[in-house]
Amino acid sequence: MNRSPTTEARFVRYALIAVALGFLLLNLGLPLVAVFVEAFRKGIGPYLVGVREPDALAAVRLTLLVAGIAVPLNVVFGVAAAWAIAKFDFRFKSVLITLIDLPFSVSPVVSGLIYVLLFGLQGWAGPWLRAHDAQIIFAVPGIVLATIFVTFPFVARELIPLMQEQGRDEEEAALSLGASGWATFRRVTLPNIRWGLLYGVLLCNARAMGEFGAVSVVSGHIRGLTNTMPLHIEILYNEYNYVAAFAVASLLAGLALVTLVVKSLLEWRYRDQLAGAAH
Amino acid sequence: MTAIALSGPARHTGRMAPQLLARRASIIPGFGLSLGFTLFYLCVIVLVPLSAIFIKTAGLGWADYVRVALSERALAAYRLSFGAAALAALINGGFGLLVAWVLVRYDFPLKRVVNALVDLPFALPTAVAGIALTALYAPNGWLGSWLVPRGIEVAFHPLGVVVALTFVGLPFVVRTVEPVLADMGHDVEEAAATLGAGRLATFRRVVLPAILPALLTGIALAFARAVGEYGSVIFIAGNLPYKSEIAPLLIVQQLEQYNYAGATAIAATMLLVSFAALFAINLLQAWGRKRTAT
Repeated sequence: MNRSPTTEARFVRYALIAVALGFLLLNLGLPLVAVFVEAFRKGIGPYLVGVREPDALAAVRLTLLVAGIAVPLNVVFGVAAAWAIAKFDFRFKSVLITLIDLPFSVSPVVSGLIYVLLFGLQGWAGPWLRAHDAQIIFAVPGIVLATIFVTFPFVARELIPLMQEQGRDEEEAALSLGASGWATFRRVTLPNIRWGLLYGVLLCNARAMGEFGAVSVVSGHIRGLTNTMPLHIEILYNEYNYVAAFAVASLLAGLALVTLVVKSLLEWRYRDQLAGAAH
Repeated sequence: MTAIALSGPARHTGRMAPQLLARRASIIPGFGLSLGFTLFYLCVIVLVPLSAIFIKTAGLGWADYVRVALSERALAAYRLSFGAAALAALINGGFGLLVAWVLVRYDFPLKRVVNALVDLPFALPTAVAGIALTALYAPNGWLGSWLVPRGIEVAFHPLGVVVALTFVGLPFVVRTVEPVLADMGHDVEEAAATLGAGRLATFRRVVLPAILPALLTGIALAFARAVGEYGSVIFIAGNLPYKSEIAPLLIVQQLEQYNYAGATAIAATMLLVSFAALFAINLLQAWGRKRTAT
Protein backbone atom coordinates (compact mmCIF):
# COMPACT_ATOMS: atom_id res chain seq x y z
CA MET A 1 0.00 0.00 0.00
CA ASN A 2 2.44 2.67 -1.11
CA ARG A 3 0.00 4.83 -3.03
CA SER A 4 0.06 8.60 -2.66
CA PRO A 5 -2.25 9.86 0.11
CA THR A 6 -4.02 12.12 -2.39
CA THR A 7 -5.13 9.42 -4.78
CA GLU A 8 -7.49 6.51 -4.41
CA ALA A 9 -6.84 2.80 -4.07
CA ARG A 10 -6.33 1.08 -7.41
CA PHE A 11 -9.65 -0.78 -7.43
CA VAL A 12 -11.51 2.43 -6.62
CA ARG A 13 -9.80 4.20 -9.52
CA TYR A 14 -10.61 1.37 -11.91
CA ALA A 15 -14.20 1.18 -10.71
CA LEU A 16 -14.70 4.94 -11.17
CA ILE A 17 -13.15 4.86 -14.65
CA ALA A 18 -15.32 1.87 -15.58
CA VAL A 19 -18.54 3.54 -14.41
CA ALA A 20 -17.69 6.83 -16.16
CA LEU A 21 -16.76 5.12 -19.43
CA GLY A 22 -19.81 2.87 -19.22
CA PHE A 23 -22.07 5.88 -18.82
CA LEU A 24 -20.42 7.71 -21.74
CA LEU A 25 -20.61 4.64 -23.93
CA LEU A 26 -24.28 4.04 -23.17
CA ASN A 27 -25.33 7.67 -23.33
CA LEU A 28 -23.14 9.08 -26.13
CA GLY A 29 -21.27 6.26 -27.88
CA LEU A 30 -24.22 4.00 -28.67
CA PRO A 31 -26.41 6.70 -30.27
CA LEU A 32 -23.50 7.75 -32.49
CA VAL A 33 -22.82 4.17 -33.60
CA ALA A 34 -26.54 3.55 -34.09
CA VAL A 35 -26.77 6.37 -36.67
CA PHE A 36 -24.24 4.67 -38.95
CA VAL A 37 -25.49 1.13 -38.35
CA GLU A 38 -29.08 2.12 -39.19
CA ALA A 39 -27.91 4.06 -42.24
CA PHE A 40 -26.11 1.02 -43.69
CA ARG A 41 -28.62 -1.54 -42.44
CA LYS A 42 -29.65 -2.49 -45.98
CA GLY A 43 -26.23 -2.04 -47.51
CA ILE A 44 -24.52 0.67 -49.47
CA GLY A 45 -27.06 0.79 -52.33
CA PRO A 46 -30.11 2.02 -50.39
CA TYR A 47 -27.80 4.36 -48.45
CA LEU A 48 -26.68 6.04 -51.66
CA VAL A 49 -30.27 6.22 -52.91
CA GLY A 50 -31.24 8.06 -49.72
CA VAL A 51 -28.35 10.49 -49.96
CA ARG A 52 -28.62 11.17 -53.70
CA GLU A 53 -32.35 11.65 -53.99
CA PRO A 54 -33.19 15.17 -55.35
CA ASP A 55 -35.01 16.30 -52.19
CA ALA A 56 -32.03 15.25 -50.07
CA LEU A 57 -29.65 17.15 -52.34
CA ALA A 58 -31.90 20.21 -52.18
CA ALA A 59 -31.85 19.94 -48.37
CA VAL A 60 -28.04 19.76 -48.36
CA ARG A 61 -27.83 22.80 -50.62
CA LEU A 62 -30.23 24.79 -48.44
CA THR A 63 -28.37 23.85 -45.26
CA LEU A 64 -25.07 24.99 -46.81
CA LEU A 65 -26.67 28.23 -48.04
CA VAL A 66 -28.20 29.04 -44.64
CA ALA A 67 -24.97 28.34 -42.76
CA GLY A 68 -23.07 30.27 -45.44
CA ILE A 69 -25.11 33.38 -44.65
CA ALA A 70 -25.64 33.01 -40.91
CA VAL A 71 -22.08 32.14 -39.87
CA PRO A 72 -20.27 35.06 -41.62
CA LEU A 73 -22.81 37.55 -40.24
CA ASN A 74 -22.28 36.24 -36.73
CA VAL A 75 -18.51 36.37 -37.25
CA VAL A 76 -18.71 40.08 -38.14
CA PHE A 77 -20.93 40.64 -35.12
CA GLY A 78 -18.70 38.58 -32.82
CA VAL A 79 -15.56 40.48 -33.84
CA ALA A 80 -17.27 43.87 -33.51
CA ALA A 81 -18.75 43.01 -30.11
CA ALA A 82 -15.46 41.64 -28.79
CA TRP A 83 -13.56 44.69 -30.10
CA ALA A 84 -15.96 47.08 -28.36
CA ILE A 85 -16.07 45.12 -25.11
CA ALA A 86 -12.39 44.19 -24.81
CA LYS A 87 -10.72 47.34 -26.08
CA PHE A 88 -12.87 50.03 -24.46
CA ASP A 89 -14.43 50.86 -21.12
CA PHE A 90 -18.07 51.80 -21.01
CA ARG A 91 -21.07 51.51 -18.77
CA PHE A 92 -23.42 48.54 -18.68
CA LYS A 93 -20.76 46.32 -20.22
CA SER A 94 -21.79 43.30 -18.14
CA VAL A 95 -25.42 43.86 -19.12
CA LEU A 96 -24.38 43.81 -22.77
CA ILE A 97 -22.46 40.55 -22.27
CA THR A 98 -25.50 38.95 -20.61
CA LEU A 99 -27.77 40.11 -23.44
CA ILE A 100 -25.42 38.61 -26.03
CA ASP A 101 -25.76 35.23 -24.30
CA LEU A 102 -29.55 35.53 -24.19
CA PRO A 103 -30.35 33.37 -27.25
CA PHE A 104 -28.74 30.39 -25.49
CA SER A 105 -31.41 30.42 -22.83
CA VAL A 106 -34.34 30.68 -25.24
CA SER A 107 -36.00 27.47 -26.39
CA PRO A 108 -35.37 26.80 -30.10
CA VAL A 109 -39.10 26.68 -30.70
CA VAL A 110 -39.53 30.13 -29.14
CA SER A 111 -36.61 31.38 -31.27
CA GLY A 112 -38.61 30.49 -34.35
CA LEU A 113 -41.89 31.76 -32.95
CA ILE A 114 -40.61 35.32 -32.43
CA TYR A 115 -39.99 35.71 -36.17
CA VAL A 116 -43.42 34.29 -36.96
CA LEU A 117 -44.90 36.97 -34.69
CA LEU A 118 -42.94 39.65 -36.54
CA PHE A 119 -43.11 38.55 -40.15
CA GLY A 120 -45.88 35.93 -40.33
CA LEU A 121 -49.16 36.66 -42.10
CA GLN A 122 -50.78 37.63 -38.79
CA GLY A 123 -47.59 39.30 -37.60
CA TRP A 124 -46.68 42.97 -37.22
CA ALA A 125 -44.99 43.27 -40.60
CA GLY A 126 -47.18 40.63 -42.25
CA PRO A 127 -49.64 42.89 -44.10
CA TRP A 128 -46.83 45.14 -45.35
CA LEU A 129 -44.80 42.17 -46.59
CA ARG A 130 -47.85 40.75 -48.32
CA ALA A 131 -48.58 44.04 -50.02
CA HIS A 132 -45.04 44.07 -51.36
CA ASP A 133 -45.19 40.42 -52.39
CA ALA A 134 -42.33 39.50 -50.08
CA GLN A 135 -42.26 36.40 -47.93
CA ILE A 136 -40.01 35.77 -44.94
CA ILE A 137 -41.85 33.10 -42.96
CA PHE A 138 -42.20 29.70 -44.68
CA ALA A 139 -39.35 30.83 -46.94
CA VAL A 140 -35.55 30.92 -46.92
CA PRO A 141 -35.15 34.38 -45.26
CA GLY A 142 -37.05 33.16 -42.18
CA ILE A 143 -34.83 30.09 -41.94
CA VAL A 144 -31.73 32.29 -42.17
CA LEU A 145 -33.05 34.67 -39.48
CA ALA A 146 -33.92 31.84 -37.08
CA THR A 147 -30.50 30.28 -37.64
CA ILE A 148 -28.74 33.59 -36.99
CA PHE A 149 -30.67 33.90 -33.74
CA VAL A 150 -29.78 30.46 -32.35
CA THR A 151 -26.10 30.77 -33.36
CA PHE A 152 -25.87 34.42 -32.34
CA PRO A 153 -23.58 34.10 -29.25
CA PHE A 154 -21.09 31.44 -30.42
CA VAL A 155 -18.34 33.60 -31.96
CA ALA A 156 -18.80 36.53 -29.59
CA ARG A 157 -18.62 34.45 -26.41
CA GLU A 158 -15.39 32.82 -27.61
CA LEU A 159 -13.74 36.11 -28.65
CA ILE A 160 -14.84 38.38 -25.77
CA PRO A 161 -12.93 36.57 -22.95
CA LEU A 162 -9.99 35.88 -25.28
CA MET A 163 -9.57 39.54 -26.29
CA GLN A 164 -10.12 40.65 -22.70
CA GLU A 165 -7.27 38.38 -21.60
CA GLN A 166 -5.03 39.77 -24.33
CA GLY A 167 -5.55 43.37 -23.26
CA ARG A 168 -4.83 46.48 -25.31
CA ASP A 169 -1.07 46.94 -25.14
CA GLU A 170 -0.22 45.51 -28.54
CA GLU A 171 -2.88 47.53 -30.38
CA GLU A 172 -1.86 50.70 -28.55
CA ALA A 173 1.76 50.07 -29.43
CA ALA A 174 0.98 49.56 -33.11
CA LEU A 175 -1.18 52.68 -33.23
CA SER A 176 1.37 54.84 -31.45
CA LEU A 177 3.95 53.68 -34.00
CA GLY A 178 1.73 55.08 -36.72
CA ALA A 179 -0.24 52.09 -37.98
CA SER A 180 -3.78 52.83 -39.10
CA GLY A 181 -6.70 51.35 -37.19
CA TRP A 182 -7.49 48.85 -39.95
CA ALA A 183 -3.83 47.80 -40.30
CA THR A 184 -3.63 47.35 -36.53
CA PHE A 185 -6.67 45.10 -36.57
CA ARG A 186 -5.48 43.09 -39.53
CA ARG A 187 -1.85 42.67 -38.52
CA VAL A 188 -1.96 42.71 -34.71
CA THR A 189 -5.42 41.71 -33.47
CA LEU A 190 -6.39 39.18 -36.11
CA PRO A 191 -3.25 37.01 -35.79
CA ASN A 192 -3.79 36.99 -32.02
CA ILE A 193 -7.38 35.81 -32.21
CA ARG A 194 -7.31 33.58 -35.30
CA TRP A 195 -7.47 30.23 -33.50
CA GLY A 196 -10.14 31.45 -31.11
CA LEU A 197 -12.07 32.78 -34.09
CA LEU A 198 -11.80 29.43 -35.87
CA TYR A 199 -12.96 27.68 -32.71
CA GLY A 200 -16.02 29.93 -32.50
CA VAL A 201 -16.78 29.51 -36.20
CA LEU A 202 -16.57 25.73 -35.83
CA LEU A 203 -19.16 25.59 -33.04
CA CYS A 204 -21.33 28.22 -34.72
CA ASN A 205 -21.32 26.26 -37.97
CA ALA A 206 -22.15 22.94 -36.29
CA ARG A 207 -25.19 24.48 -34.66
CA ALA A 208 -26.20 26.39 -37.81
CA MET A 209 -26.21 23.25 -39.93
CA GLY A 210 -27.89 21.11 -37.28
CA GLU A 211 -30.55 23.48 -35.93
CA PHE A 212 -33.95 21.84 -35.87
CA GLY A 213 -36.53 23.42 -33.56
CA ALA A 214 -36.25 27.08 -34.58
CA VAL A 215 -35.99 26.27 -38.28
CA SER A 216 -38.89 23.83 -38.05
CA VAL A 217 -41.22 26.59 -36.84
CA VAL A 218 -40.42 29.05 -39.64
CA SER A 219 -39.80 26.65 -42.51
CA GLY A 220 -43.22 25.47 -43.64
CA HIS A 221 -41.66 22.12 -44.60
CA ILE A 222 -41.94 22.48 -48.35
CA ARG A 223 -40.01 19.57 -49.83
CA GLY A 224 -37.15 20.56 -52.08
CA LEU A 225 -37.67 24.24 -51.22
CA THR A 226 -37.61 25.04 -47.49
CA ASN A 227 -36.37 21.80 -45.98
CA THR A 228 -32.96 21.87 -44.38
CA MET A 229 -31.18 18.57 -43.67
CA PRO A 230 -32.56 18.14 -40.11
CA LEU A 231 -36.11 18.83 -41.37
CA HIS A 232 -35.65 16.41 -44.24
CA ILE A 233 -34.58 13.77 -41.73
CA GLU A 234 -37.77 14.34 -39.73
CA ILE A 235 -39.99 13.95 -42.79
CA LEU A 236 -38.26 10.75 -43.91
CA TYR A 237 -38.43 9.36 -40.39
CA ASN A 238 -42.14 10.10 -40.03
CA GLU A 239 -42.71 8.37 -43.38
CA TYR A 240 -41.03 5.27 -41.91
CA ASN A 241 -38.26 5.63 -44.48
CA TYR A 242 -35.66 4.84 -41.82
CA VAL A 243 -32.73 3.97 -44.07
CA ALA A 244 -32.97 7.27 -45.95
CA ALA A 245 -33.53 9.21 -42.71
CA PHE A 246 -30.43 7.71 -41.11
CA ALA A 247 -28.46 8.08 -44.35
CA VAL A 248 -29.01 11.85 -44.32
CA ALA A 249 -28.46 11.83 -40.54
CA SER A 250 -25.12 10.09 -41.06
CA LEU A 251 -23.95 13.09 -43.12
CA LEU A 252 -24.71 15.39 -40.18
CA ALA A 253 -23.14 12.92 -37.75
CA GLY A 254 -20.05 12.97 -39.97
CA LEU A 255 -20.02 16.75 -39.76
CA ALA A 256 -20.28 16.46 -35.96
CA LEU A 257 -17.30 14.08 -35.89
CA VAL A 258 -15.20 16.41 -38.05
CA THR A 259 -16.19 19.29 -35.76
CA LEU A 260 -15.12 17.33 -32.68
CA VAL A 261 -11.78 16.30 -34.24
CA VAL A 262 -10.88 19.84 -35.34
CA LYS A 263 -12.06 21.22 -31.99
CA SER A 264 -9.87 18.73 -30.12
CA LEU A 265 -6.89 19.53 -32.36
CA LEU A 266 -7.33 23.25 -31.67
CA GLU A 267 -7.61 22.64 -27.93
CA TRP A 268 -4.58 20.39 -27.96
CA ARG A 269 -2.34 22.49 -30.21
CA TYR A 270 -3.42 26.06 -29.40
CA ARG A 271 -4.83 25.80 -25.88
CA ASP A 272 -3.02 28.99 -24.84
CA GLN A 273 -4.56 30.92 -27.74
CA LEU A 274 -8.16 30.02 -26.91
CA ALA A 275 -10.37 31.55 -24.27
CA GLY A 276 -10.12 29.65 -21.01
CA ALA A 277 -13.87 29.41 -20.54
CA ALA A 278 -15.62 26.10 -21.10
CA HIS A 279 -18.71 26.00 -23.24
CA MET B 1 6.31 41.80 -31.10
CA THR B 2 7.42 41.84 -27.48
CA ALA B 3 9.81 44.71 -28.14
CA ILE B 4 6.97 46.74 -29.61
CA ALA B 5 4.68 45.84 -26.75
CA LEU B 6 7.26 46.96 -24.19
CA SER B 7 7.80 50.33 -25.81
CA GLY B 8 4.08 50.94 -26.07
CA PRO B 9 2.42 53.38 -23.69
CA ALA B 10 0.96 51.63 -20.66
CA ARG B 11 -2.13 53.74 -20.74
CA HIS B 12 -4.68 51.63 -19.02
CA THR B 13 -2.85 51.09 -15.73
CA GLY B 14 -4.73 53.84 -13.93
CA ARG B 15 -8.43 53.04 -14.18
CA MET B 16 -10.58 56.11 -14.61
CA ALA B 17 -14.24 56.07 -13.79
CA PRO B 18 -16.08 55.69 -17.10
CA GLN B 19 -18.34 58.56 -17.98
CA LEU B 20 -21.87 58.13 -19.19
CA LEU B 21 -21.54 55.05 -21.44
CA ALA B 22 -18.53 56.82 -22.94
CA ARG B 23 -15.02 55.83 -23.64
CA ARG B 24 -12.06 56.78 -21.59
CA ALA B 25 -9.49 58.66 -23.65
CA SER B 26 -8.04 55.96 -25.89
CA ILE B 27 -5.98 55.91 -29.03
CA ILE B 28 -7.69 52.73 -30.22
CA PRO B 29 -10.17 53.62 -32.96
CA GLY B 30 -13.52 52.11 -33.82
CA PHE B 31 -15.41 52.44 -30.55
CA GLY B 32 -18.45 54.08 -32.09
CA LEU B 33 -18.51 51.78 -35.08
CA SER B 34 -18.03 48.49 -33.21
CA LEU B 35 -20.37 49.27 -30.32
CA GLY B 36 -22.91 50.85 -32.65
CA PHE B 37 -22.99 47.81 -34.89
CA THR B 38 -23.10 45.46 -31.89
CA LEU B 39 -26.12 47.25 -30.40
CA PHE B 40 -27.87 47.53 -33.76
CA TYR B 41 -27.42 43.83 -34.57
CA LEU B 42 -28.40 42.82 -31.03
CA CYS B 43 -31.60 44.86 -31.27
CA VAL B 44 -32.58 43.69 -34.75
CA ILE B 45 -31.87 40.00 -34.25
CA VAL B 46 -32.57 39.44 -30.55
CA LEU B 47 -34.21 42.21 -28.54
CA VAL B 48 -36.96 43.45 -30.88
CA PRO B 49 -38.09 39.93 -31.90
CA LEU B 50 -38.05 38.72 -28.28
CA SER B 51 -40.05 41.74 -27.13
CA ALA B 52 -42.76 40.69 -29.60
CA ILE B 53 -43.55 37.75 -27.30
CA PHE B 54 -44.20 39.95 -24.29
CA ILE B 55 -46.05 42.68 -26.18
CA LYS B 56 -48.33 40.10 -27.79
CA THR B 57 -48.90 38.37 -24.44
CA ALA B 58 -49.65 41.69 -22.74
CA GLY B 59 -52.30 42.35 -25.40
CA LEU B 60 -53.96 39.09 -24.50
CA GLY B 61 -55.37 40.17 -21.15
CA TRP B 62 -55.02 38.29 -17.90
CA ALA B 63 -58.10 36.07 -18.21
CA ASP B 64 -57.15 34.84 -21.67
CA TYR B 65 -53.57 34.31 -20.59
CA VAL B 66 -54.62 32.11 -17.69
CA ARG B 67 -57.06 30.18 -19.88
CA VAL B 68 -54.37 29.35 -22.45
CA ALA B 69 -51.02 29.32 -20.68
CA LEU B 70 -52.32 27.70 -17.50
CA SER B 71 -54.77 25.22 -19.02
CA GLU B 72 -54.75 21.62 -17.79
CA ARG B 73 -52.89 20.46 -20.87
CA ALA B 74 -50.30 23.25 -20.63
CA LEU B 75 -49.75 22.55 -16.93
CA ALA B 76 -49.18 18.88 -17.68
CA ALA B 77 -46.67 19.88 -20.36
CA TYR B 78 -44.79 22.21 -17.97
CA ARG B 79 -44.73 19.48 -15.33
CA LEU B 80 -43.16 17.08 -17.79
CA SER B 81 -40.72 19.62 -19.27
CA PHE B 82 -39.53 20.97 -15.92
CA GLY B 83 -39.68 17.63 -14.12
CA ALA B 84 -37.80 15.69 -16.78
CA ALA B 85 -35.29 18.55 -17.21
CA ALA B 86 -34.66 18.63 -13.45
CA LEU B 87 -34.26 14.86 -13.24
CA ALA B 88 -31.92 14.81 -16.26
CA ALA B 89 -29.89 17.71 -14.80
CA LEU B 90 -29.48 15.83 -11.51
CA ILE B 91 -28.42 12.63 -13.29
CA ASN B 92 -25.92 14.71 -15.26
CA GLY B 93 -24.79 16.36 -12.03
CA GLY B 94 -23.77 12.98 -10.65
CA PHE B 95 -22.31 11.40 -13.77
CA GLY B 96 -20.90 14.69 -15.06
CA LEU B 97 -18.95 15.14 -11.83
CA LEU B 98 -17.70 11.56 -12.10
CA VAL B 99 -16.64 12.02 -15.75
CA ALA B 100 -14.90 15.32 -14.96
CA TRP B 101 -13.12 13.69 -12.00
CA VAL B 102 -11.95 10.73 -14.07
CA LEU B 103 -10.78 12.99 -16.92
CA VAL B 104 -8.83 15.31 -14.62
CA ARG B 105 -7.38 12.86 -12.12
CA TYR B 106 -6.80 9.53 -13.86
CA ASP B 107 -4.98 8.26 -16.92
CA PHE B 108 -6.44 5.60 -19.15
CA PRO B 109 -6.15 4.50 -22.78
CA LEU B 110 -7.90 6.62 -25.42
CA LYS B 111 -8.42 9.41 -22.92
CA ARG B 112 -8.23 12.05 -25.67
CA VAL B 113 -10.97 10.31 -27.67
CA VAL B 114 -13.18 10.04 -24.59
CA ASN B 115 -12.57 13.69 -23.84
CA ALA B 116 -13.65 14.68 -27.35
CA LEU B 117 -16.71 12.41 -27.16
CA VAL B 118 -18.01 14.33 -24.14
CA ASP B 119 -18.75 17.28 -26.45
CA LEU B 120 -20.75 15.16 -28.89
CA PRO B 121 -24.11 16.61 -27.75
CA PHE B 122 -22.82 20.10 -28.66
CA ALA B 123 -21.87 18.97 -32.16
CA LEU B 124 -24.51 16.37 -33.06
CA PRO B 125 -27.74 17.93 -34.38
CA THR B 126 -30.64 17.32 -32.02
CA ALA B 127 -32.80 15.67 -34.67
CA VAL B 128 -30.04 13.13 -35.33
CA ALA B 129 -29.70 12.43 -31.62
CA GLY B 130 -33.46 12.08 -31.39
CA ILE B 131 -33.87 9.44 -34.07
CA ALA B 132 -30.74 7.57 -32.89
CA LEU B 133 -31.99 7.37 -29.28
CA THR B 134 -35.41 6.28 -30.50
CA ALA B 135 -33.86 3.52 -32.61
CA LEU B 136 -31.90 2.32 -29.57
CA TYR B 137 -34.78 2.29 -27.10
CA ALA B 138 -37.61 1.22 -29.43
CA PRO B 139 -38.97 -2.26 -28.58
CA ASN B 140 -36.87 -3.77 -31.40
CA GLY B 141 -33.77 -1.63 -30.70
CA TRP B 142 -30.47 -2.71 -29.14
CA LEU B 143 -31.44 -1.49 -25.68
CA GLY B 144 -35.20 -1.65 -26.04
CA SER B 145 -35.25 -5.32 -26.96
CA TRP B 146 -33.59 -6.00 -23.61
CA LEU B 147 -35.45 -3.42 -21.50
CA VAL B 148 -39.02 -3.77 -22.77
CA PRO B 149 -39.44 -7.48 -21.89
CA ARG B 150 -38.29 -6.52 -18.39
CA GLY B 151 -41.08 -3.97 -18.11
CA ILE B 152 -38.93 -0.85 -18.60
CA GLU B 153 -40.41 1.17 -21.43
CA VAL B 154 -38.32 4.15 -22.48
CA ALA B 155 -39.30 5.04 -26.03
CA PHE B 156 -42.73 6.69 -26.38
CA HIS B 157 -42.94 7.15 -22.60
CA PRO B 158 -42.02 10.03 -20.26
CA LEU B 159 -38.83 8.16 -19.37
CA GLY B 160 -37.71 8.69 -22.97
CA VAL B 161 -37.84 12.45 -22.39
CA VAL B 162 -35.43 12.05 -19.45
CA VAL B 163 -33.07 9.93 -21.58
CA ALA B 164 -33.00 12.52 -24.38
CA LEU B 165 -32.49 15.42 -21.97
CA THR B 166 -29.68 13.54 -20.22
CA PHE B 167 -27.95 13.15 -23.58
CA VAL B 168 -28.28 16.86 -24.31
CA GLY B 169 -27.12 18.18 -20.93
CA LEU B 170 -24.05 16.14 -20.01
CA PRO B 171 -21.28 18.37 -21.45
CA PHE B 172 -22.56 21.41 -19.57
CA VAL B 173 -21.75 19.78 -16.22
CA VAL B 174 -18.46 18.18 -17.30
CA ARG B 175 -17.08 21.33 -18.95
CA THR B 176 -18.05 23.57 -16.04
CA VAL B 177 -16.63 21.33 -13.29
CA GLU B 178 -13.49 20.20 -15.16
CA PRO B 179 -11.47 23.46 -15.12
CA VAL B 180 -12.22 24.09 -11.43
CA LEU B 181 -11.14 20.56 -10.54
CA ALA B 182 -7.99 20.92 -12.64
CA ASP B 183 -7.04 24.23 -11.02
CA MET B 184 -7.44 22.86 -7.52
CA GLY B 185 -4.05 22.40 -5.91
CA HIS B 186 -3.13 19.16 -4.21
CA ASP B 187 -2.01 20.99 -1.07
CA VAL B 188 -5.41 21.12 0.61
CA GLU B 189 -5.94 17.41 -0.02
CA GLU B 190 -2.45 16.67 1.29
CA ALA B 191 -3.25 18.68 4.39
CA ALA B 192 -6.46 16.70 4.87
CA ALA B 193 -4.53 13.42 4.47
CA THR B 194 -1.92 14.57 6.99
CA LEU B 195 -4.67 15.29 9.47
CA GLY B 196 -5.86 11.71 9.07
CA ALA B 197 -8.82 12.11 6.72
CA GLY B 198 -9.57 9.23 4.38
CA ARG B 199 -10.14 9.82 0.69
CA LEU B 200 -13.93 9.78 1.00
CA ALA B 201 -13.91 12.25 3.89
CA THR B 202 -11.45 14.46 1.99
CA PHE B 203 -13.66 14.42 -1.07
CA ARG B 204 -16.80 15.18 0.90
CA ARG B 205 -15.36 17.87 3.13
CA VAL B 206 -12.55 19.43 1.08
CA VAL B 207 -13.05 18.81 -2.65
CA LEU B 208 -16.83 18.97 -2.88
CA PRO B 209 -17.23 22.34 -1.13
CA ALA B 210 -14.58 23.82 -3.44
CA ILE B 211 -16.26 22.68 -6.64
CA LEU B 212 -19.85 23.10 -5.45
CA PRO B 213 -20.48 26.46 -7.17
CA ALA B 214 -19.20 25.07 -10.48
CA LEU B 215 -21.21 21.88 -10.07
CA LEU B 216 -24.42 23.79 -9.34
CA THR B 217 -23.73 26.13 -12.27
CA GLY B 218 -23.28 23.13 -14.56
CA ILE B 219 -26.50 21.55 -13.31
CA ALA B 220 -28.37 24.83 -13.81
CA LEU B 221 -26.97 25.18 -17.35
CA ALA B 222 -27.99 21.62 -18.18
CA PHE B 223 -31.45 22.29 -16.76
CA ALA B 224 -31.86 25.54 -18.72
CA ARG B 225 -30.89 23.81 -21.94
CA ALA B 226 -33.12 20.81 -21.26
CA VAL B 227 -36.25 22.83 -20.47
CA GLY B 228 -36.39 24.30 -23.97
CA GLU B 229 -35.07 21.27 -25.82
CA TYR B 230 -37.22 20.12 -28.72
CA GLY B 231 -35.44 18.18 -31.48
CA SER B 232 -34.03 15.30 -29.52
CA VAL B 233 -37.22 14.81 -27.48
CA ILE B 234 -40.09 14.75 -29.96
CA PHE B 235 -38.98 11.56 -31.68
CA ILE B 236 -38.61 9.52 -28.52
CA ALA B 237 -41.40 11.01 -26.38
CA GLY B 238 -44.51 9.63 -28.08
CA ASN B 239 -46.12 13.07 -27.64
CA LEU B 240 -49.37 12.03 -25.98
CA PRO B 241 -51.24 15.03 -24.54
CA TYR B 242 -51.25 15.11 -20.71
CA LYS B 243 -48.69 12.28 -20.66
CA SER B 244 -45.61 12.68 -22.79
CA GLU B 245 -46.08 16.07 -24.43
CA ILE B 246 -43.38 18.66 -23.67
CA ALA B 247 -44.09 22.39 -23.51
CA PRO B 248 -42.15 23.36 -26.68
CA LEU B 249 -44.18 20.80 -28.63
CA LEU B 250 -47.38 22.35 -27.32
CA ILE B 251 -46.21 25.70 -28.76
CA VAL B 252 -45.64 24.08 -32.15
CA GLN B 253 -49.08 22.49 -32.08
CA GLN B 254 -50.77 25.80 -31.23
CA LEU B 255 -48.93 27.33 -34.19
CA GLU B 256 -50.03 24.56 -36.51
CA GLN B 257 -53.63 25.37 -35.57
CA TYR B 258 -52.88 29.07 -36.27
CA ASN B 259 -53.50 29.83 -32.60
CA TYR B 260 -50.74 32.45 -32.38
CA ALA B 261 -52.03 33.90 -29.11
CA GLY B 262 -51.97 30.49 -27.44
CA ALA B 263 -48.48 29.71 -28.70
CA THR B 264 -47.25 33.11 -27.53
CA ALA B 265 -48.76 32.80 -24.05
CA ILE B 266 -47.04 29.45 -23.46
CA ALA B 267 -43.80 30.81 -24.93
CA ALA B 268 -43.90 33.81 -22.59
CA THR B 269 -44.32 31.49 -19.60
CA MET B 270 -41.34 29.42 -20.69
CA LEU B 271 -39.24 32.53 -21.35
CA LEU B 272 -39.88 33.80 -17.83
CA VAL B 273 -38.62 30.50 -16.42
CA SER B 274 -35.59 30.62 -18.74
CA PHE B 275 -34.73 34.12 -17.57
CA ALA B 276 -35.11 33.05 -13.95
CA ALA B 277 -32.71 30.19 -14.65
CA LEU B 278 -30.29 32.60 -16.37
CA PHE B 279 -30.44 34.89 -13.33
CA ALA B 280 -29.76 31.95 -11.00
CA ILE B 281 -26.79 30.89 -13.15
CA ASN B 282 -25.33 34.41 -12.99
CA LEU B 283 -25.69 34.41 -9.19
CA LEU B 284 -24.04 30.98 -8.95
CA GLN B 285 -21.14 32.12 -11.14
CA ALA B 286 -20.67 35.26 -9.05
CA TRP B 287 -20.63 33.05 -5.96
CA GLY B 288 -18.03 30.78 -7.59
CA ARG B 289 -15.81 33.74 -8.45
CA LYS B 290 -16.02 35.01 -4.89
CA ARG B 291 -15.11 31.54 -3.61
CA THR B 292 -12.02 31.24 -5.79
CA ALA B 293 -10.99 34.83 -5.09
CA THR B 294 -10.73 34.30 -1.34
